[in-house]
Formats: sequence, C-alpha cells, structure tokens
Amino acid sequence: MSALELGAQPLGWPESYGEDAQPRLGFFTDTSVCIGCKACEIACKEWNLVPEDGLRFSGESFDNTGSLGANTWRHVAFIEQRRVATGGDGGDGVRWLMSSDVCKHCTHAGCLDVCPTGALFRTEFGTVVVQQEICNGCGYCVPACPFGVIDRREREQLPSIGDGEVHGLGTTHKCTLCYDRLKDDMEPACAQACPTKSIQFGPLDELRSRARTRLERLHAEGVSEARLYGDDPSDGVGGMGAFFLLLDEPEVYGLPPDPVVPTRQLPQIWGAAFAAGAALLGAVAVAMAGSRE
Amino acid sequence: MSSDGFRSYYGKPVVKRPVWEPVIPAYFFVGGTAGAAASLGLAARLSGNERLARTATYVDAACIAVSPALLIADLGRPERFLHMLRMFKVTSPMSVGTWIVSASGLASGAGAVLELAGRGPRARLAAQVAAGLLGPFLSTYTAALLADTSIPVWHEARRELPFVFAGSSAASAGGACALLAPPGHAGPARRLAVAGAALELAAGRAMERRLGMLAEPYRKGAAGFLAGAARALTAAGGLTMLLTGRSRRGAAVAGGLLLAGSACERFSVFRAGFASADDPRYTIVPQRQRLEDRGA
Repeated sequence: MSALELGAQPLGWPESYGEDAQPRLGFFTDTSVCIGCKACEIACKEWNLVPEDGLRFSGESFDNTGSLGANTWRHVAFIEQRRVATGGDGGDGVRWLMSSDVCKHCTHAGCLDVCPTGALFRTEFGTVVVQQEICNGCGYCVPACPFGVIDRREREQLPSIGDGEVHGLGTTHKCTLCYDRLKDDMEPACAQACPTKSIQFGPLDELRSRARTRLERLHAEGVSEARLYGDDPSDGVGGMGAFFLLLDEPEVYGLPPDPVVPTRQLPQIWGAAFAAGAALLGAVAVAMAGSRE
Repeated sequence: MSSDGFRSYYGKPVVKRPVWEPVIPAYFFVGGTAGAAASLGLAARLSGNERLARTATYVDAACIAVSPALLIADLGRPERFLHMLRMFKVTSPMSVGTWIVSASGLASGAGAVLELAGRGPRARLAAQVAAGLLGPFLSTYTAALLADTSIPVWHEARRELPFVFAGSSAASAGGACALLAPPGHAGPARRLAVAGAALELAAGRAMERRLGMLAEPYRKGAAGFLAGAARALTAAGGLTMLLTGRSRRGAAVAGGLLLAGSACERFSVFRAGFASADDPRYTIVPQRQRLEDRGA
C-alpha cells in the first residue's frame, strides 16, 4: 500500500461552504525585507489576547521568543552568519537573517486531520482554526504538525499571569489568521502592523504570483540564495497557505526542509494496524487449536 | 550551526514533543492486554475451555475498566471527554480508537457481568464475540495513533509498530491468564504468551532495522534503558513460560516477567518518541536525505 494522492486544494473546501465560500486567503512572508522589529509578534498578542508567557534572555541573537507555541503565534527568528565582507578590505562581515514564522495553514493539515473532536476545522477562507469551545485538550494535533506550531496552553507556561486572567488553559492554540478580522474584511493584525510589507496578506493565488515576481527580481539582482518555501501545491502538505521567501535553507530558520503531512501515509498506517490485528487473531486461534490434540 | 553535518536553528526542535503524560503508555499496555485477552476468552469459550474463558474475560474486563480513566485523566479539559464522540474520523486514529474502546468496553463489561452472574449464556456469547473480534484492533490501533504523527521514530516505524504492539499484547494477556488460570486449563494462554513474546522481539528488531539512524533514541537514555529491559524481560518471560509454564510457580514467574516486559516496551516506544522530537537531527537529516535522493 502506498501514500495517498492529495490534491492541490484542501479536502472538502470550498464546496462544503456553498455560497458562503470565500477565496483562499493566506500570508506571503518575504524575509528579505524583514527588519526584525517584532511588531507582528506584539500586534498578534494584543489583538488575539495571547497571554504573556515569561520574559527571558536567550542569548540567541535578538530572539527572546524562541519558537511558535500556544502563546506565540508569530515568532521572529534571528540568524547571525559570518560572511566575507563584500567591498571594503575583504575582512569579516556578518549577515543577519530575520524571518517572521507563523502557522502554515496547510492545504493538507496534519493537526486538522488527526483532531478527534472536530475542534480544528477549515474555515470558509481555507484557513485552519481551533474552536476553543470544542477542543478537549487531547493534544493529538501537537505532535501531528510537521512544523511544531500548535501547542496546548498550560498553567506553568504563564508564570507572571494572575489566576483570574488566564484563559484558554488546557486547550490547544495557534494562529487563526485573525479569523474574526477576516470576517469583517480586515487584514490580520500582524500584516497590518508590519512596517516593511515583509508580511503580505491576500488571496493565495495572487500572493503566489507576487512571490514569483519578487523571486525573479532578487535572482536578477544577484541574490542567488533566495528561494520560495511552501509555495508549491505538489509539496508534502499540498502547499502552505502561509509561505515564505527565504535567503538560506529552511532548517536554518527552524523549518523542516521537506515537510510531509503524516496522514499522507494513512493507507500504510491503517493497513499495518489491520494486518497486525489479524495476525493477533490468528495467533489466538493457533494457540487454541493446539489444545485439541 | 553547521556542526556534525546538519544545520538547525540554535539546535531547537523542529517538531513539538507530545503533551501526553505517562498515563498514555500505561493505557497502551492495559488496553492492549484487554484486547488480546478478549480474543483469547472468545477462543476458549468456543473450544469449550470454560475455566480459561472465565479468567480471560475477567482479565479483559479489569483492564478495559481502568482504560477510560487513564485516557480522560490526560485530557487538558477532562470534563469535555464526550466531545470525542461528536464524530467518527478515519484520518484520526484517536477518533477511531475512541469508538473501538467504547464498543469493546461495553461488550467486555456486559460479558463479564453475565459471567459473574452466571446467566444469559447467549447474550454473554454475543458480547464476547463482539469483544473478541474488536480486541485485536484495540491492541493495535494505538500503534496507528502514534504512527500518524510527525514524530520521526513513530511515523517511520508505521509498518512494524502495530506488530510490536500486537506481540506485546499477546505476551501480556497470555502471561496474565497463564498466571491466573490453573495450569491444566492454561495451555492456550501459555502458547499465546510465548508466540507474543517471539513476535514482540522479532517486530522490535525489524522496527530498529527499518529506522536506521532513527533507531538511536532506542539505544540511549531512558528509552534505551526501557528498550533493553523490555527485551530482557520478554525473552526471559517467554523462555520461562516455555520451559516451566506447566507448573503454577513457573507460570507465575513467567507471567510476571512478560507483563513487566510488555509494559516496558510501551514506555520505551513512548520515551523514544519524545527523544526523537527533542533533537532536530532526527527531523532534518532524513528530510534532507529525501530531498537529495529526489535530486532537489
């Protein structure tokens, strides 16, 4: 048994929405113009009431956030790389990469596939959102995500918040692509706050063609290391609703180089579980037959 | 950043480790034992071994009775456990498994109550047929649940892991029934235990071979210790059962060893998953290799 053939559109979307279906919306994060201001992180936290989860000094360049999680839905990565300086005396230089990471709103979303309650669902905009009043905190979506985005909110993650102010404990959280704002024709908070248009928001088709144009321009300008990440509908997650222009390999930014939705292997997974169950049944029958000599 | 052949973001994990507590592998163990015991009970009943059928029915019922408590205790919002029954979803082994556990629990519970009351032989048989046929999948769906994640050692072991769990379940259920039933009636339980131990060891070996470099978490730290303990206990239990299982004492020792081995197996798989999530090497290196093989 082989892998499932997965299409370029999310399963059941947009047809299940009928007249309420909307164009698929997403993000194109062009990291070549990110200046690391973290306005996206702040705007996201403010708008979505994402709780403050401790103030730490990491020593990892300007990144004191660390990674995406239940309490971080935008995360700006900072990478310092030694480079031979161009021009000047040819001595040492530093290249500083910055990138605002976010939930990828995958075409084939592992979190949504494995959610047993239906709390995770595909919206009319083609995005992936957790319904907080349905989620029972089983945690299955957490290891299902190939990108390590979604996580369960726990009390101990929020040391400096008073008991009365904590909300959403015990359920899982991630970027909603500002579902509430989209319904009011507003752009997501992070995109609106971004001062350099590193975070671009819009219909996915439009973003993809804009990204290709931008990539061609960068290549023409000699930035040969520029590449798109997550724009291709034939990749392991069927293309990402939030995709990126990167200046180095994805793993340098903490992104998996070849993510594949785990449910692509569903026929093999269930096939093996069924075969093993049948083998167990057979073993019982043989063990029993032996007593009838 | 480029040390030992792969690059990462400050050595941070790419995938998130699960939020599950040790009650989850504990459930894998008792649920798996329940499933194999249900099948053994059905087979014993059908072949007229009433004494073994009774023991197996009670082992099954006792194990399945504690399972919901273990599963609900791990939820972030335990009071919402019924939300699991809002839908049936084949892409979610947890959803499918919830229905298997629920149906098995009802069938096994009914069978055990009727057994205890000594009444309704037809209804009892119907309940035990249902429990006995669902049982093997109760034992193996948990492997599908782990495989359907992005945790490298679980996902890449998807073909072998259900056989490890099937063997482990047969070993623990056979061991428990051989330990509790009189040796004169426990022949099938002993044979199931020995066959289960052999399957668990063989499938475990096949799994490590398949995993290649990803098998490292099974050789280091807590997971490595537990994997070694599981192998030793299971091999010792299987051999003891084979050689001395006909005596009450021999069966008790062997049953105990097999139960301990089976439990260690589940905890080892669980811990190895965490270790493989925590080190970005296990996510990045195989993916990079895949890209190179495709010539990208």
